[in-house]
Amino acid sequence: MKKHILEHGLSEFLIGLLFGFGLILSGMTDPGKVIGFLDLFGNWDPSLAFVMGGAIAVGFFAFRVAKDRTQNVLGGAMRLPTSKDIDQRLVIGSLVFGAGWGLAGFCPGPALVSLGAGQDKAVVFVIAMVLGMLAFEWLEGRRAKTAAAG
Amino acid sequence: MTIDWSHFTPWASLAGGILLGLASALFVLVNGRILGISGILGGLLKPKVGDVAWRAAFIVGLLAAPLLYAALRGPWDVRIEAGWGTVVAAGLLVGIGTRYASGCTSGHGVCGLSRLSPRSLVATLAFMGTGFGTVFVVKHLLG
Repeated sequence: MKKHILEHGLSEFLIGLLFGFGLILSGMTDPGKVIGFLDLFGNWDPSLAFVMGGAIAVGFFAFRVAKDRTQNVLGGAMRLPTSKDIDQRLVIGSLVFGAGWGLAGFCPGPALVSLGAGQDKAVVFVIAMVLGMLAFEWLEGRRAKTAAAG
Repeated sequence: MTIDWSHFTPWASLAGGILLGLASALFVLVNGRILGISGILGGLLKPKVGDVAWRAAFIVGLLAAPLLYAALRGPWDVRIEAGWGTVVAAGLLVGIGTRYASGCTSGHGVCGLSRLSPRSLVATLAFMGTGFGTVFVVKHLLG
């Protein structure tokens, strides 16, 4: 029974809660702090380098364990990315994302957490972000159709 | 460059980062996937049978995190300087960019670098690069 509940999202809910808590504690939910980190040529706040360092210090060992597993702990499949392509989509997409991140100081996780806190600008940011994601789906759909027709 | 000592929070940021790493570790072991916010949210926009509940549950957890944080630790700093138009433009860029890149700060920056993925290293260098560049333009060239 316990396993059953976990498989239906309880574990993901709790991990979401932990991740969101970590984002607030780290300072990632303060756009001013994010921009302070990105402001290398001004009054620089190096805090976010510590966020990255702390996260990777734990993640490094976890993914070494995960890499050798054939199943997750609930018995489901491991679905780690297999793509190795460093292509235009990856690079241009990341460049575009970084520009948006630097403009407002929000990346997707902190924006959702701030939406949960009821901040008006986070609400608008998330709506625009979802529209951007829907634009991607639409463009991908059109590309698939063109490919099928051609 | 000067260091902004008044806002520098090495211990809270390190502790928060450790929690992010811990959450990513639990996620890959329980769910089998990379904990990447843009991918988890993006998957809800083109829903597949049996692939919705866990994504929704995770997002609800993120949305509920402020309640837990406020109850345990009280309020936190929020400084938003961007105007409404900038917020809309930024949201659109982040939405479309992260989907083309197959990841954002969490998927590429935390999980990808943790698993030493060359793709994620390129992605992280690219988004940090335009992040630094955009702030430089906005604060020092236009500001």
